[in-house]
This record gives sequence, structure tokens and C-alpha cells, in this order.
Amino acid sequence: MKSILILIFFFSVNCLSANTIVVGKDQPIHALKRAVELAKNGDTILLKQGSYAEGNIVIGKSITLIGIGMPVLDGLQKNEILTITGHNVTIKGIRFLNAGYSSMNDYAALKIVDATNIRIEQNIIEKASFAIHIANSTFSTIRNNKIVGTNKSEHSSGNGIHLWKCGNMKIEGNSIQGHRDGIYFEFVTHSTISKNVSEKNIRYGLHFMFSNDDAYLGNTFRNNGAGVAVMYTRNVRMENNLFENNWGPSAYGILLKDISDSHIKNNRFVENTVAIHMEGSSRIMIEKNTFKANGWAFKVQASCDDNTFYKNNFFGNSFDIATNGDKSLNTFNNNYWDKYEAYDINRDGIGDKPYHPVSMYAMIVEQNPTTIMLMNSFMIKLLDKAEKAIPSLTPENLVDAAPMMKPNKL
Amino acid sequence: MIRIEQLNKRFRKLQALDNINVVFGNGNVISLIGPNGSGKTTLIKCILGMVTADEGRIYVNGQMISNDPSYREQIGYMPQIGRYPDNMRVGELFRMMKNIRIMPENQLDKELLEKFRLMPMFDKPMRTLSGGTRQKVSAALAFYFNPAILILDEPTAGLDPLSTEILKEKIQDARSQQKLVLVTSHILSDLDELTTHVMYMQDGKMIFLKQIDVLRQETGEDKLGKAIASIMKHELKAQFV
Amino acid sequence: MTRLIRYVLYDILRNKVVITYALFLFVVSFSLFQLEENESKAILSLLNIVLIVVPLIGMIFTTIHYYNSYEFIELMLSQPLSRKRILLSEFTGVAVSLLCAFAFGVGVPVLIFSFNDTGFALLIAGGALTLIFTSIAFLASVKSRDKARGIGFTLLLWFYFALIYDGLVLLVLFSFSDYPMEKFTLLLSALNPIDLARISIMLKMDVSALMGYTGALYKNFFGTGAGMLFTGSIMLLWIILPLWWAVTAFNKKDM
Repeated sequence: MKSILILIFFFSVNCLSANTIVVGKDQPIHALKRAVELAKNGDTILLKQGSYAEGNIVIGKSITLIGIGMPVLDGLQKNEILTITGHNVTIKGIRFLNAGYSSMNDYAALKIVDATNIRIEQNIIEKASFAIHIANSTFSTIRNNKIVGTNKSEHSSGNGIHLWKCGNMKIEGNSIQGHRDGIYFEFVTHSTISKNVSEKNIRYGLHFMFSNDDAYLGNTFRNNGAGVAVMYTRNVRMENNLFENNWGPSAYGILLKDISDSHIKNNRFVENTVAIHMEGSSRIMIEKNTFKANGWAFKVQASCDDNTFYKNNFFGNSFDIATNGDKSLNTFNNNYWDKYEAYDINRDGIGDKPYHPVSMYAMIVEQNPTTIMLMNSFMIKLLDKAEKAIPSLTPENLVDAAPMMKPNKL
Repeated sequence: MIRIEQLNKRFRKLQALDNINVVFGNGNVISLIGPNGSGKTTLIKCILGMVTADEGRIYVNGQMISNDPSYREQIGYMPQIGRYPDNMRVGELFRMMKNIRIMPENQLDKELLEKFRLMPMFDKPMRTLSGGTRQKVSAALAFYFNPAILILDEPTAGLDPLSTEILKEKIQDARSQQKLVLVTSHILSDLDELTTHVMYMQDGKMIFLKQIDVLRQETGEDKLGKAIASIMKHELKAQFV
Repeated sequence: MTRLIRYVLYDILRNKVVITYALFLFVVSFSLFQLEENESKAILSLLNIVLIVVPLIGMIFTTIHYYNSYEFIELMLSQPLSRKRILLSEFTGVAVSLLCAFAFGVGVPVLIFSFNDTGFALLIAGGALTLIFTSIAFLASVKSRDKARGIGFTLLLWFYFALIYDGLVLLVLFSFSDYPMEKFTLLLSALNPIDLARISIMLKMDVSALMGYTGALYKNFFGTGAGMLFTGSIMLLWIILPLWWAVTAFNKKDM
């Protein structure tokens, strides 16, 4: 009881004593650094419009920093702009410009280390190497920020939103482009990435490793150098995302490597070189996704087992499925394949003969990639037709036993 | 005038022309005779450039025939079997030839067209014509451009007697105009009265080229046909001896 | 020469085969654009038409035309016209009419439904293939003694370029799969105009991305000015060399 009273007292005192400090060129306090020095826990700093180049500013208190009319914090291409530790910090409405780059340290426009309950909202971060770099933090939200990188080489540029060793994080509604990786997750658990748009990044739109029990929902990954990579992880939910236009000799919609017990559901894959490339993965439920106009819809390495492909729709992909093995340990059911040609005499919506989605040519290309030069040639068409009539090379048990006659309603 | 020097032509195993040396003068009507396959048509085709000789030279009015096709302006040719584009109409054929050989209208020789009554048939496609009519077309075409040299391959084969007479008159005219006429024919009697020279060929060789009067004297035969027949008998005898 | 070409064209137009061919191409192209859900898929189907049908029809038509015009050619030979001129007039007449048929049959639908780079690439490649296979068919016709042999020879050549060659390429690629063959395939593609056309259209369709290292190499090569010059010159050689050979053979041919 006593402790509760103390808590209430403390809280009210805290509220009562919360001050607002205004920083601006026409204000008594010109410098943000000074304001941060003066501020106490719970205070709010209002940063008025203008450009502030004050080197590295460190926030170690529980303060709220709000920009009025998008003030600019300029790193002059040599400093890390804002470093945050501790808990209960909010940064909102600020434009971070020209954060420094160092080949020794991972300089960021906004670095958050050893922190809890941080909110980064509605900021604009431009020309940074790392934009938002978060390490060893929990229960924080990065929301509705706009991040535009320099689009330089893979080595000299950093990631858009970089998380290392975090938990219970929310990355939501951000737009990221022109960085090395749009969103980078390493050792991050119980977190959600949703409604972000990550595009035109040099390497991956989302780079995701050793991060169990996470979900990414409703994001758009478009035109990234290598698409999205999700690796060495258990229990990920990937739903309602759009993977689009990730074209290139080694670009993937998603590259799945050593993933298990996960869900890929209701996503759309449009015009990717490889929509899903899967290796060493098991027990993934892939359902109700749309694959349209991709080079390969699925590339499944022989090292994958026990995955289920259910009620997906395939339209206009050059190859629906390719595999390097001669047998398949995965299950296909009720998918719609636009290349499937058969009758449905009992009119139950399911075709009367099973469908083998791996074409002869897909096998040939898998074995000898140079033969891609023969794509779309008359000879390949004949080979595929012959193989469909008398299967010999394609894996016999990689088969959709109950293919749909019409696209599944998603 | 046509001068042929050391002309040789071989079709695989067949020696079609074997060292032919000959001069055909203007104002001559030369009957080129010999058994089937003796090389008559090949010789004509060589002169026309349709067959290229393996060796030898041919001069047409002093101009050696090679790649320059312009010498053919001086030649009118009537093939053995006149083959024409099926869909082409008779009138179109003459119009086309006129287009290709470019000659003022008043210099064209339309006599045969008129005498053979081909003008009314100008709307008929070539494929509907009978063999005889085609021959008439071929003959009319050969004389159409008033050439200095006429090469007629079996001209009277398939022609009715009346048309043959017309053609003979035409050849007679040509001779009187100092043109050179080269005729191959099986039916020798047809051309008796026109021929000035006879060239006899066998197995690609020229056996002789003689004036008709000389030939008559030598064989003692009056008719050209009989004269040739007696020569052929000699030849046969010579072969069997 | 134009007078001669005019007669050849006139003759071709009168037998209506070319018009049928043009209508056939038009109906097929038009319905492809109508039936396929998206334009790029239609272009892909059209690509097969262009790669298979255009050479086949082009060659067979050329060969039949050559033999049907034999009388005409003979007639011309006795006139003061050079053989080169006669054959080139025949070639021009056939090539122009086939090109017109292609331009109408495929060109119009493509310009209506797919007015872009890929569409243009398809048209240029189709036009080039028309000329190339007309040229090759002339060579085959001049070289063969009669119509039956000529058509047989032509079909064999078509079979070779459309099918057998790619089979041989596949064989070679598998026999030497331990060696880096990517650069070599560039050369292989130049040795078959159908392959060259197919690859250059596919690169325009951006399928190159899925061709991995080979595709990247091709894109780097064919995408540059030098690469386009290369493609253009090879295509041109494919038109000129057989035609030149045909003219040489025709010059020596005994009729």
C-alpha cells in the first residue's frame, strides 16, 4: 500500500514538474544540446523550424523531442546525429540530414542502444549511411518514418532500419529506400514489421536472420537488388505482403534459408526473378499466395521437407516450380496452375488428373544454367510436351494431386 | 554474225558440245540438224547465254559474250517449247517485253502478230492457249523487236500448214534483209527452199557446215531431206565398218 | 530493274497466297492479343509464331514461287538482262511481298496492342527473319534441280534452324558442362538467325533477369551499342551471304 502511494505521489510530482523547453533561433535556447542538458526526465523539448548542426547529441533521459515544422538536424557528413539510451524517449517530426559515415563504426542518423520503450515517429532521414540503428533494445516503436538513402555501393552504405538483439519491437508504416538493406533484423524476437514500403535498396528489402517468433505483415518489398532474405529462423509469419519487381541475376521475392515452422500466407509475388527460393527449410505452410509473371515461382532445393503448398494461384510464370532433386518431400494441394490442362467431369472444381508442375526444361536449366539461352525455343516446347506425355526426368512425386480448375478465391 | 571458237560443254558424263568452231554470216539461213541429243539446243542455249560453256568463246557481231547481257538485244529467240507465266495474258506478255527491251513503237515488227491473228487473243491468259498458239506467240515475240539475229528452235513443230507458210515468208524476208537466221528442225523439207547453209551435228560434234548448193552437188540429191538422209547413211556405215 | 520487280510483285499478288498469309498472321496475332490476359504473354506467344511460322512460310513460299516462275525466268534469260538482275528482282519481289504481309499481319496488331520496345524488337526481328529465310530459300531453290527436291531441301533447312540446331546446342552444352560455356553460347546464337532473333527479343522482354549469369552476360553484350551493331550485322550477313551465294550459283547455272 505504501509503495503504491509512493508510486502515485512520484507519478503526480513527475507530471506536475514536467516542463516544456522550446529550442529555436529566436528562443532563449538556441541549441538542442543545451536543451537536452537542461531537461529532466519527463520533459518535452519542442524544436522549432531551422537547421541545427551540433555534432553528436546524446539523449540518456526520458524525454520527448518534437520537431515543429520539420526542423533539420544536420550531421554535416561527419557525425552520428542522435544517440539514445535509457527508456521512454520519443523522437517525432524531425528531419535528419547528412549523418556521417565511418568505416570503423556504424554511424547512424539515429542510434538507439540499450533502450526500452522508445518511439521514433514521423521523422525524415536522408543521406545517412545507417538511418536508424537499434541495438540491445526492447518494447520500442518505429513508425511512419521516411528514410531515403544515398544509394551508393553496398560497402559504403548502411541499412535503413537496423535492429540487432532486440525484442518486442514494432516497425510500422515506414518507407525506406536507397539503403543497403531496407530493414535489417538480427537476433530480434517477438517483433512485428508491418505496412512498411521498402524499395530500391541496394541489397535486400528485408534482411532477416536468427529472429524467431516474428511477423511481417502487409509490407511492400519492391525493386530491391536481391529482394528479401529470411534465414536461420523459426516461427515467422509472413502475411499479406507484396513482393514485386525484384529482378536480377540473383534477386528473390523471398530467399528462405533454414526456416522452419513458419507461415507464408496471402502474399502476392509479382514479376520477381525467383518468387520464393527455399533451401534447408521445413514445416512451412505456404497458402493462398498469388504468383504472377515471375521467372520462377518456386525454387525448392532438395534439402527442404515437409512443406505444404496449399491453395496458391500461379499465373504466367516462366517456370512454376524448379527443384534440383529427383524426389520431393513436400506436399502440394489444391493450387491453381494456369498451365494445367485437364477436364473436370464431375464438376467439383478439381481437375481430374494430377498436375506435375515441374517442367522438363526447368530440370534442364537447374542442371545446366547456360541452357537458359534456349528458353522459349521450339525445341524446348516440344521437349516439355514430350515429357508431359511420358514423364521420365521430372520428379514423379512432386505433384499436385488435386489441382484447381479455377483460381482460388483469396 | 556469230563466231564460235573451240566451244566445249560437258553435262556430267555427256559431252554435249565437243570443240565447235564455226562462223555464221549475215544473210544466211542456217539449218542446224542432227539426231536427238546431238547438241543443237545446247549450242543455241550457249549462244543465248542460258548455258555457260566450259571452254571456248562466242562472238555475236564481234562482241564476245560474257557477263554483259546487252548483246541479246540483237537476238530474237523462239524456244522449242514456249513456256510462259500461266497467269499472264497474251497482251501483257507483249507489253512486258516491250517494257523490258525499250524500243520505239514504230520500230516494232508486228507483222506476225497480225498475220497470226494474235491481237484478238490479247485478253486470254497464257495457260488457256493451245500448243500451236503458243508457238505463234513465241514466233511473234522472236520477230517483235526486229533483231539482227534470229534463233528459232524447232519453229514449225506444232504449227498448222498455213502458219508455217507465214513463218517461212517471214524468214525469207529476214534473209533478204541480211539477217542471220539459225533454225533447228527435224522436218527438213519444210525449210528446203529457205536454207542457205546446213550445219550437221552429232554427239556434240560439228560434222560439217556446208552451203546447200554444195551439199546438193556432193550428194547428188535435190531435196535437202534426201541429201541429209544419204549423209546419215554414210555416217552409220562408217560407224559399223 | 524496278520494271522487273513490278512484274514479279504483280504475279505474286495475283495468286493470293501472300494475301492469305497476311490475313492468317493478322487473325492469329489479333486473337492472341484478345485471348491472352496480358500483353506480354501475348507477345510471348507471338514470339513463337514469328520464330517458327515466319521462316517456314517464307521459305516454302519462296521455293514454290521460284519454281512457278521458272518459265518467266527462262523467258527473261533470253532477253538482254543480266542473270544477277533477274534473280535480285525475283528476290526483291518475294521479299517485299512477304515483308508487307508480315507488316500487316503482325505489325498492325502489335502497334495497336503493344506499342513499346518489345513490340518493335519483335517486328524488326520478324522482318529480318523474313528476309533471311527468303534469301536462304533462294539459295536452296537455285541449288536444287527440281521443285520436289527444292521444297524438300527447304523443309530440311527449316527443320534444322528451328529445331535440330537447338538440340545440338543442348547436346554441346551438356557435353561440355564442366567448362564455362557462356561466351561460347554467344557465338552459337550468332550461327542461327532464329536463336539470335529469339534472344534479342527476350532480352527486351526483361526475361534476362531470370537467365542468371548467362542472361547478365547477354544483357551486357546485346544491350550495348556494340552488341546491337553485332546483332544487326550478323542478321545482315545472314541476308546477304546466302543471297550472294544464290546469285553466284545462278550465274553459273545451265537452264
